[in-house]
Amino acid sequence: MSDPDNLPDEADTSRRKFLTAATAATAAVGGAFTLVPFIASWRPSERARALGAPLEIDISKLEPGQMITQSWRKQPVYVVRRTPEAVAGLAKVGPSLKDPQSDASAQPVYAKNEARSIKPEFLVLYAACTHLGCLPKQYFTQGEPTLGADWPGGFFCPCHGSRFDLAGRVFNGSPASLNLAVPPHKFESDTMLVIGLDANAEGAA
Amino acid sequence: MAAAHDNDAAQKGGFRAWLNKRLPVDEFVESQLTGYFAPKNFNLWYFFGALAMLVFVIMILSGIFLAMHYKPSETAAFDSVEYIMREVEWGWLIRYMHSTGASFFFIVVYLHMFRAMLYGSYREPRELLWILGVLLYLALMAEAFMGYVLPWGNMSYWGAQVIVNLFGTIPVIGPGLVEWIRGDYGIADSTLNRFFALHVVAMPFAIAFLILMHLVALRQTGSNNPDGIEIKAKLGANGKPVDGIPFHPYYTIKDLFGVGVFLLFFCGVIFFVPTFGGLFLEKPNFEAANALSTPDHIAPVWYFTAFFAMLRAVPDQQLGALIMLLAIVVLFFLPWLDRSPVKSIRYKGWMSKTALVLFVISFIVLSYLGLKPASDLYVILARIFTAIYFLYFILMPWYTSVEKTKAAPERVNYHA
Repeated sequence: MSDPDNLPDEADTSRRKFLTAATAATAAVGGAFTLVPFIASWRPSERARALGAPLEIDISKLEPGQMITQSWRKQPVYVVRRTPEAVAGLAKVGPSLKDPQSDASAQPVYAKNEARSIKPEFLVLYAACTHLGCLPKQYFTQGEPTLGADWPGGFFCPCHGSRFDLAGRVFNGSPASLNLAVPPHKFESDTMLVIGLDANAEGAA
Repeated sequence: MAAAHDNDAAQKGGFRAWLNKRLPVDEFVESQLTGYFAPKNFNLWYFFGALAMLVFVIMILSGIFLAMHYKPSETAAFDSVEYIMREVEWGWLIRYMHSTGASFFFIVVYLHMFRAMLYGSYREPRELLWILGVLLYLALMAEAFMGYVLPWGNMSYWGAQVIVNLFGTIPVIGPGLVEWIRGDYGIADSTLNRFFALHVVAMPFAIAFLILMHLVALRQTGSNNPDGIEIKAKLGANGKPVDGIPFHPYYTIKDLFGVGVFLLFFCGVIFFVPTFGGLFLEKPNFEAANALSTPDHIAPVWYFTAFFAMLRAVPDQQLGALIMLLAIVVLFFLPWLDRSPVKSIRYKGWMSKTALVLFVISFIVLSYLGLKPASDLYVILARIFTAIYFLYFILMPWYTSVEKTKAAPERVNYHA
């Protein structure tokens, strides 16, 4: 038995250093792999993913000027049936919008147009404010007293005061920078809207 | 010292000697309490460290008992809190201790941090002590936020929505990160359940560890004092600082008195105004979480509103989140921003004094603005005071080095 405090002269310290480093490196790799299941356990579970399946909505009872709120993947989704005047008004607010062409905003290709919809009459939006996820409230009346005489109708977020037009496009001066996102959706028939499935690029079912 | 102690203990004989041979109890008490000398000129501001410890203990104890009745699930959480309030014997008291304790924790910690700014306690050689303190503050914020989500009221839910979405503003990884934090496509059962685990297990461990490190670092450097001079520079014949007194019994007794006064206020709130007019327990949180209905006005609890006001003041969400983050990160750099030849505000010049007053005013005004709806006027005010908040730090290297300071004394000022 050699005394550990008095290493014999022939002790190969470089070999010893190499083995120490190799052991440490192997342990580090093993440790990193051990983290994977723990980190992955935080991702949506199989059940959560299954519950996120597409949602069918009957829109036959929705009158012009009305809005319904549905929940898809835990996110509230607004379905608005716009009046013809509201659709016509979308062209006029362009100059006061941050992203009038929705270039920076999130929407499927088939909804990247002025009305941000497949059919101009029907607007489908994620109801989460693009600022911090609050629910913008509906203020469809023009000149809504609390929002000023020049209010063209749209959405107002009560949390931080972001304003959106009737296509969910954000007005200048809002804390939000992006238009309300449009979820993937398509029309199964004239009265059946499906949230969570994409229409093809032309917007047809 | 240790050898002398062994002899003492051996002479005493009996259980104490038996114990000390196996566990260094006497040695610990001597090195940490009776033989640890703290400056003799501590004032009112030096109560808050001990009080923060007290609140930590109150939170752990009341929290353990709440966890025995609380159920961390989307469907049961809100009801289980109402059950604690109405049907568990004394449940209301335990819950109000915990909810009031959260606010008092921040009151005490803010005063404790202000003390450090007042007397330059963050300066060399206590930089790491300060940094550990800021880390504790961050851990406390995370703990408070997750605890706030647990009652699953509507403000819990929407507060969680806003805070978790802050992570979504991080470029590229943001959206994926948010989904990972929530464990679902929205704030959901999985989110609540993991926040519960973090709130009752992970964060308390982290906070306890940081408190231990904070205390070890404090014992290493010794406490600062209102004069901001090092008492270790003047040692007496016994090798102890001449301006120091043993922590025990002098400061343990003093802190006990502080505890008494503190508990008067604490119990007063628990018994008479537990919601504190909606400041400690917000009104919308008496309604269950509802994903389809935002409260008309979302504001965090008062201790976060200063940062919330900064977030709202910036008309760009990424920049706003960044400003909010910077407002806390800048605290880490405080030890190196202060270039004054003296530590204590007592000997600093008028510029430092004015800057500190403006800083405190800006923090209070921002806290107020963050509680109120974001009207045009309030957003402008929030911008002005956010600027003042940051100027306190940004200009500090300049104003602390150019101003005329008074000479710090050789010995501490002490009037018996």
